Amino acid sequence: MLKTITVAFALSLMAGGSALAACAYENKVPIKAITSAFPAYEVIAAKMKECGNVQVELDQEVRTKSAPALAANPALYHISSVHNGTIVPLINEDTIRPLDDLVAKFGQDLNPNQLIKIDGKIVAIAFMVNMQHLMYRKDIFDDLGLEVPATYDDLLAVAEKIKAAGIVDYPLGATFKADWNIGIDFVNLFVGYGGEFVNADNTPAINSEAGLKTLEMMKKLAEYMDPEYLVADATFVQQQFQQKKIAMSNFWASRAAKMDDAAESQVVGLIGTAAAPAAVAGGIPAVMFSWDGFAIAKNISDEEAEAAFRVALEGGDQEMVEENNDLAIWLINGYKPGEMAKGAIDTMQKGAKPNPSTTWRGLITDAIEKNVVEYMTGKKTAEQTLEAIEAGYTTSAREAGLL
Amino acid sequence: MRRKTFWKFVGPSVALMLFFIAAPLVAVLWQSFFLSVPVVQSVEVETCSPGFPSQTCVTELKSRPVLDENGRPVTNTAFVGLQLYNAVVQPETVWQALKTGDYEAILRIDFWRALRFTLTFTFVTLPLVLSIGLAIALAVNNAAPKVRGPVIFVSLLPYIITPVIGGISIYWLFVGDGIATRLIEAVIDRNIAVMTMGWAVEALMMFYRVWHVAPFAFVIFYAGLQGVNRDTLESAMIDGASRFERLRYVIIPHLMPLIIFVTLIHLMDSYRVFEEVVAFNAQSQRISLQWLTYDFLQPDDSGNRSIGRASASSILTMIGIVIILFPVLRRTWRDHKS
Repeated sequence: MLKTITVAFALSLMAGGSALAACAYENKVPIKAITSAFPAYEVIAAKMKECGNVQVELDQEVRTKSAPALAANPALYHISSVHNGTIVPLINEDTIRPLDDLVAKFGQDLNPNQLIKIDGKIVAIAFMVNMQHLMYRKDIFDDLGLEVPATYDDLLAVAEKIKAAGIVDYPLGATFKADWNIGIDFVNLFVGYGGEFVNADNTPAINSEAGLKTLEMMKKLAEYMDPEYLVADATFVQQQFQQKKIAMSNFWASRAAKMDDAAESQVVGLIGTAAAPAAVAGGIPAVMFSWDGFAIAKNISDEEAEAAFRVALEGGDQEMVEENNDLAIWLINGYKPGEMAKGAIDTMQKGAKPNPSTTWRGLITDAIEKNVVEYMTGKKTAEQTLEAIEAGYTTSAREAGLL
Repeated sequence: MRRKTFWKFVGPSVALMLFFIAAPLVAVLWQSFFLSVPVVQSVEVETCSPGFPSQTCVTELKSRPVLDENGRPVTNTAFVGLQLYNAVVQPETVWQALKTGDYEAILRIDFWRALRFTLTFTFVTLPLVLSIGLAIALAVNNAAPKVRGPVIFVSLLPYIITPVIGGISIYWLFVGDGIATRLIEAVIDRNIAVMTMGWAVEALMMFYRVWHVAPFAFVIFYAGLQGVNRDTLESAMIDGASRFERLRYVIIPHLMPLIIFVTLIHLMDSYRVFEEVVAFNAQSQRISLQWLTYDFLQPDDSGNRSIGRASASSILTMIGIVIILFPVLRRTWRDHKS
């Protein structure tokens, strides 16, 4: 018995030893982190754990959990993944730590582009950017002699041609699932048409020409999709691509690597990417991009904060990027944009705007989601939809103290 | 039993009920009349975020909550009367719609849409659950003793499966190119999309609920059937009562207390329908009252949630259950007194 235990102990030491080898140092302070659960974070989490004494929870619902967890004293996690939206409650409730001193001490290898600054203070470190941009079947476009669409009107024309040729089930795919997914599609087009969500005094401004045009375009697009588009989330559209059911989609950059995954995809090497189409000719791409990265809790000791920061940097270091170059659009030094990253970079260079980090943003997206769904199912007209969005937003903005 | 002994047995459970059920209920009631609004100030903020090739910075006015010396947001809590209930029920809009005769406008309000579905769901599934449960019980009761065991086991299976899992497996049969959809397409020879049709989703959800709950009714009724008086049945046969008449005049009156019991449980359960909406991804087509409450509670990306409206909506759900249970309870009470 004793012998078995000794052997097991020795083995675990060896395992620990070899795991530590990949981390530049050995972490002595126990660190807990909560992050999103998509593939890029899986890799980062694995890298962080290599430093020892690190516990990472990969959680799909990090957006609802991180704010209350970091508000506790002491905070329940040292590190939380954040993006444009989820950083808002953390800033509002002042539960994350300014990182300037730690960046000065340990952040020599950081790309300046990674530093998220609010009021001159570094509040988060971004690892990657994510957005929707055009993905299309290169083979179909070549066969039919089609041009990559630069605007949504071009996209409809192309979709019509693909439909006429009858090569795929549906020319178009989109993440129109009846939750935050469809909200994002509305927001993207709305921004493309030059719409403003709220006025300076936080009153809604969505009932506008841009709003009407957005809804109209969404209906037109839907005609070229699988009629069950209201259940289509990112995985659904990804599989539509992989199983050759659709020819193009304004789709998440973070899923691009899956298109070339031979284990599950029938379209390896056939998918091309381009900038997200503009809503109006000559306009900026009709899309808003987000950054995704990490923040450090405020309610922890300085020693823990330092250890947490170092561990998080180890998770997203140059070595990790070199090993997983195509998994995301990394902001980290050493990233070599591959073929699939073309669309995302084009989109940003053409002037796409970042998602705003404001309180009203969450409230209005919530109102948008619900009402746009009812517009798509024909329960509300475009005018009724926009009025209902404004009414829903006004109610919740009053409760949030914005009005 | 002596009074003291009685309280020794019942006391702990009453205490737990007060603590875990009554107290939260009072809290929910309180939350539905009081609203906490954070105090917000407008500040100019410069935000720098990634761009290609380099960072972009924007300066804009942002609303930020005011923090107190402990770093917690300052909130103003005030009694708001029925404001939160109004926000859920929207009586003015309903009144307008009634005046102008535009009844569809009522169903465009989430609460009324949810109420419409919840009531339909409850009252369509109830008779089906009762009759199918009774039918299975009678069938099993008349089956040869040898096959009874396996038949009971198979009939109970749907009840054992977790509702969400069972719901999702039926959803998969019909979504997109599911097996069932393919079969229907082969029969009628054209493409269909089941999940785009609201009535079809609604029917599927009801079908699932009946399939899931009928075994519960069956077990209760089957137990009741074991106690039917043989002598009464035999004398009814001698009097020339047909099979149907025996069912109508002997068996059903005997089972009546159990039928009322199953009705009570089913009304309560199905008025709180929730799992089906989640499993069938039905929120674009149909929502229930319970789902509405859940939806108010879900925080959005910026961490806002409407606890007040969620409380109001759950109080309304509770009032609804009391109303639909009232006739059944009154009947039981009258029977009890006579």
